[in-house]
Amino acid sequence: MAEKISILIVDDEDSVRDSLYNWFIEDGYEVECAENAKQALSILESKDMDIVLADIKMPGMDGLEMHRRIRSLNKDSIVIIMTAFAAVDTAVQALKDGAFDYITKPFDPDDLSHLIRNASSQISLKEENKALRSKLVSLENVEDLIGSSNAMINVLKEVEQVAQSNSPVIITGESGTGKELIARAIHSNSKRKFSPLVSVHCGALTESLLESELFGHEKGAFTGAMYNRKGRFEMADGGTIFLDEIATISPKMQIELLRVLETKTFIRVGGNKEITSDFRVICASNKNLKQMVNDGLFREDLYYRLNVVNIRIPPLRERIEDIPMLVDHFLKKYCTSMSRNIMSIDKAALKRLEQYEFPGNVRELENMVERAIVVGNEKEIRLKDLPFDKGMSTSSFKSLDDLEKQYILQVLDKYEWNISQSAKVIKVDRATLYNKIKKYNLNSPKK
Amino acid sequence: MTVGEQAILLINHGNFEKEFLAAIAGSVRREYQLPASVKESHLDLSEFYDPTRRQYNGNKLMTELDSWSSQNHIKNMGLFRVDLFNPILTYIFGQAALKGNIGLASIYRLRNEQYGMKKDDALLLERFQKVIIHELGHMFGLVHCHLPPCVMQSSTYVEDIDQKSPHLCSKCRQEAGMNK
Repeated sequence: MAEKISILIVDDEDSVRDSLYNWFIEDGYEVECAENAKQALSILESKDMDIVLADIKMPGMDGLEMHRRIRSLNKDSIVIIMTAFAAVDTAVQALKDGAFDYITKPFDPDDLSHLIRNASSQISLKEENKALRSKLVSLENVEDLIGSSNAMINVLKEVEQVAQSNSPVIITGESGTGKELIARAIHSNSKRKFSPLVSVHCGALTESLLESELFGHEKGAFTGAMYNRKGRFEMADGGTIFLDEIATISPKMQIELLRVLETKTFIRVGGNKEITSDFRVICASNKNLKQMVNDGLFREDLYYRLNVVNIRIPPLRERIEDIPMLVDHFLKKYCTSMSRNIMSIDKAALKRLEQYEFPGNVRELENMVERAIVVGNEKEIRLKDLPFDKGMSTSSFKSLDDLEKQYILQVLDKYEWNISQSAKVIKVDRATLYNKIKKYNLNSPKK
Repeated sequence: MTVGEQAILLINHGNFEKEFLAAIAGSVRREYQLPASVKESHLDLSEFYDPTRRQYNGNKLMTELDSWSSQNHIKNMGLFRVDLFNPILTYIFGQAALKGNIGLASIYRLRNEQYGMKKDDALLLERFQKVIIHELGHMFGLVHCHLPPCVMQSSTYVEDIDQKSPHLCSKCRQEAGMNK
């Protein structure tokens, strides 16, 4: 949105005005308060406010009457009525008079957020009509997407193009290339950027857990479910859902997913109410999905539903020229987080990095730089600070799996098989780490 | 207000264990590059209990904390275990005045058990750290951020908290007057 959205709060109770004021100020809105309808109308005569949030019961003029007066001032503010009781008749009257919506005090934080977000969308739609649609779009919020190589510039161009549409996107690339960063960049540059980007790491969840995560559950759906829980599709309403490792989902979940993508509706586990959610879907996979379709492992109809736009992220070895810039970025990032002076890298160390094949891609480079800062001399990264002499060269490993296995084992040993700590270092969640331990049949020396 | 050279005070109103508080103080220290210390409190919370809502009034607690906040600390953050509300919302994870020096946060609604999930102490600590760093961000003048990984993203559900990182993005760091 070009400018801040302005909100006028009208309520005779100080504590309500103060609480709402704090809530909206923290959300970045411009906020004014009035303790009665007369004061509110006087503010509106001198300036335009985008949204008016007014209590229905106030001494003197009530919220409904104030709403009629606002209309007579020819102001196109969106009016939302607040009521302490769910009085349907007065709420209906407010809606008949053209109020945008009504809300019952106290509000569920999510309901209030949604209501204001919906009102803001309406305001930005109006603004958008006024704005030039054909202006060139420049990418915003891509601070972690580093690279000036042709390969990376082509990816960023694709991101810029697809961000403006609502089409599903599949991002493919080897592990560690930054698929989630690309998903974030698409979302942050889309019209949906003011709504959430919700990530789901499908590979880390079993079929039943994934179902509950995606669709949510109702209070009492199973023992211990004391509260309703929103699913990821519902959380992504108005925004984007990012399904990482899509190739790992079961055939049953593939059918469920196809149905939700086609109808944009679903039912919470244990519920019977159909919920509609307006989300954009972005998927990522390090597997060849087309090949999986040919092998009968992935549904063809789902593949074509998802594969409207395909962005391939090149592995780091295909964009060696980006390594100096990436190293510089990670040095700044980690030196800052470790409260150290910004370090540099010496020529020999940089040259060695440029010669390395990086089977773990940018993630591996990032880990190497972080490690080198820890073991280094606090001034510059030297060749001896890099782990090449300790068997990390590509030739030491038979395959990418072998490299992953050795790396996981190394980290687990270092942290004495503390799963939480190791998962944090490897930058995966605990469930993924357990799956990897099982996959590679790794055993703790203590057992 | 920008991050100066004074310290942040975490006030233990929840009888939290030392290790738990030390982990929180550590994450606050790292994020804001300021000393963070812990103080014990024996405040009787019963007078802040609202029997009709069966919750504790966050606004009243903020006023109380303000009356005995430490002048030697740039920010005072109260840590609670009880279910908090304010007059307009059914519940809050935390609360702070923008550019103010008082804030509060509670673990009550952050516990997995509250949502029928398995107890997870590590996740609980991570969520609490995020809420505290978020509220401190408001106290340093930051508003909600739209960048997906930034801790200053608005969170209305506990799942929203899990989606964000425990760190400020570089834009927010800059706005809070910290180095990039």
